[in-house]
Amino acid sequence: MALLITLGATAGFLVLLTFAVRARTEFFKNLDRRWIFLLMLVAVAVPVYVIGKTKETFPEKALPKAQAVFDVIEELNEGDKVLLAFDFDPGSEGELGPMATTFAYHCATKKLKMYFIALWPIGRQMIDDNIAKIIEPDFPEMVYGVDYMNLGFKAGNEGVINVIVTDIKQLYTTDAYGTDIAAIPMMEGIDSIQKMDLIINVSAGYPGTKEWVQYAVTPFPHDIRMVAGCTGVQAPLLYPYIPQQLPGLLAAIKGASEYESLVINKYGGDDISGKYLEAQRRMGPQLVAHVLMVLLIFAGNIIFFVERKREARS
Amino acid sequence: MSRENTIWLIVFLIGAVMLFGRAMFTEHGMAKMYVEESPREFVDLGDEENPDWVSIEEAPEYVDVSAIPADHRVSWKKQRTSNYGEFVQQPAGGNIQFSLARSIGVWLAALLTLFVLSFLIKDNPFYKIAESLFVGISAAYWMVVAFWDQIVPNLIGKLSPTFVRNWAMPGLGEDARQELLYLIPLILGLMLLWRLSPKGGWISRWPMAFFIGTFCGLRLIRFLQADFLLQIRAGIDPLYVTEGGVFDVWASLANVILLIGVLSCLVYFFFSFEHKGIVGKTAKLGIWFLMITFGAGFAYTVMGRIALLAIRLEFLFDDWLWLIDPTDKRLGI
Repeated sequence: MALLITLGATAGFLVLLTFAVRARTEFFKNLDRRWIFLLMLVAVAVPVYVIGKTKETFPEKALPKAQAVFDVIEELNEGDKVLLAFDFDPGSEGELGPMATTFAYHCATKKLKMYFIALWPIGRQMIDDNIAKIIEPDFPEMVYGVDYMNLGFKAGNEGVINVIVTDIKQLYTTDAYGTDIAAIPMMEGIDSIQKMDLIINVSAGYPGTKEWVQYAVTPFPHDIRMVAGCTGVQAPLLYPYIPQQLPGLLAAIKGASEYESLVINKYGGDDISGKYLEAQRRMGPQLVAHVLMVLLIFAGNIIFFVERKREARS
Repeated sequence: MSRENTIWLIVFLIGAVMLFGRAMFTEHGMAKMYVEESPREFVDLGDEENPDWVSIEEAPEYVDVSAIPADHRVSWKKQRTSNYGEFVQQPAGGNIQFSLARSIGVWLAALLTLFVLSFLIKDNPFYKIAESLFVGISAAYWMVVAFWDQIVPNLIGKLSPTFVRNWAMPGLGEDARQELLYLIPLILGLMLLWRLSPKGGWISRWPMAFFIGTFCGLRLIRFLQADFLLQIRAGIDPLYVTEGGVFDVWASLANVILLIGVLSCLVYFFFSFEHKGIVGKTAKLGIWFLMITFGAGFAYTVMGRIALLAIRLEFLFDDWLWLIDPTDKRLGI
């Protein structure tokens, strides 16, 4: 019933919009684009404010790709080694920050050994941010060097992957804070990233998931397994790798939100902190902004057809 | 002053007055950052040749730490990011305090966000300031990070580990050996810098040729493996899929669509035949598949951009204006 009412209301609204646009074609055709920007700003700002005040989020249902990411991490056992490659910077934090948070939370909850690494210069700050935000306050029992460590940033893009896939000590002599990696307990027996049970990559572009697939997963399909989260722009380029080279992929904020809901539903409990609901909070602005986008595309098409009809008449 | 500029001036003035009012005349204010400071002190219990730094709390009881000279002691304060909620709830004499530097950082970040967004109205000096700052800081940051994370440990550290250990990286392992092979990248790097010289610029072409050749070879193999051979393999899926002995309609349909999509897109890019008749129709179907792909790509891009706008607005409303508190940093203020 609710669906019928929604469909009916939408259809009615679109008909009204059609009439309005047809009646004022010239006005809409010459509309200053800054009004569109203002509309988009309001469409995003109002849900951000309302959700920020009420702390209510939309219900989320995970699709197979996010479920696959969750399942792959769930298969790991306590003490298994996970390489978390944070290849992003503040420019894409809106999409990837929630993924990184949830990945770290999921791994920490399962008591996996986390090796953080970055191929982007500001990736190291993203790692430090996550450690300060997730591990230090919520998992104080975890010890640096025993349960988690930060290898930091190395320049060289896919060249770095190509080296560490067979010899990690060739490039990493110390961790991000200058400690000799031979003195770090959890580095014992790790001579290459083939020793990792899973690679988790959070990718904003180049170098990122594509390079990890090309230089780590593809040459060593039986030794290296990887799941990833990426920006929306990258997602269509990475889908061909699913499922052989990439068992699961979180695409954009939608993928982050689905994965977040899976993790929080299983491990979050009733009193979960708002910092673990970032992605689900951001789906509200997505919904309203997307409705606006659809309406604008609809209006633009009406103007196009009305104009074409007028030209044909004249 | 034009009418448009007058309107914008009034809008900015109203905004500034409201900001001033919120910052100065509300109980809690806005954009304030707090940190928790905890003192750290280490003492050196070793000698000149074998220093042994230990935390003052972990020093053995028989050691009189107050007698250790100043040049064998080091102390600093570690800061942890705190918040207003923790600040007002801390017991008397707590270590959480207001941080002026970080609060200025929040104001700067907020103003720079607004400067960048102001480009949507029109190009203006505020946007130019933000743009120039971003470019300059990024370039400097890249240089510094590349020097300390790459050149120092992976070049100088390989050529002269003892020097690097004494100078910049005390954590560099004692077993690190000198590797003279790294003279080759050093020489290639210096040759590359020759490009800046007014004479002999051709010298830089040799390392450039080396890099391009190596890189091409490396990428060619990986692309062939990951994006060509394995993609052909991934495209060969059964058209009749069964799940537990039962025909799976949707999986079968997905594989049929995949096959048709791949073949029709390949036909579209096949220019040895004129796109007429069956070839033309298949190519047209390929265009439809491509258009749907581009549409999906565009939709994903829109989703990404909206997420970026959302996080900036969250920052402005939460950390700067203190209008919302989704993570309970300020006891719901």
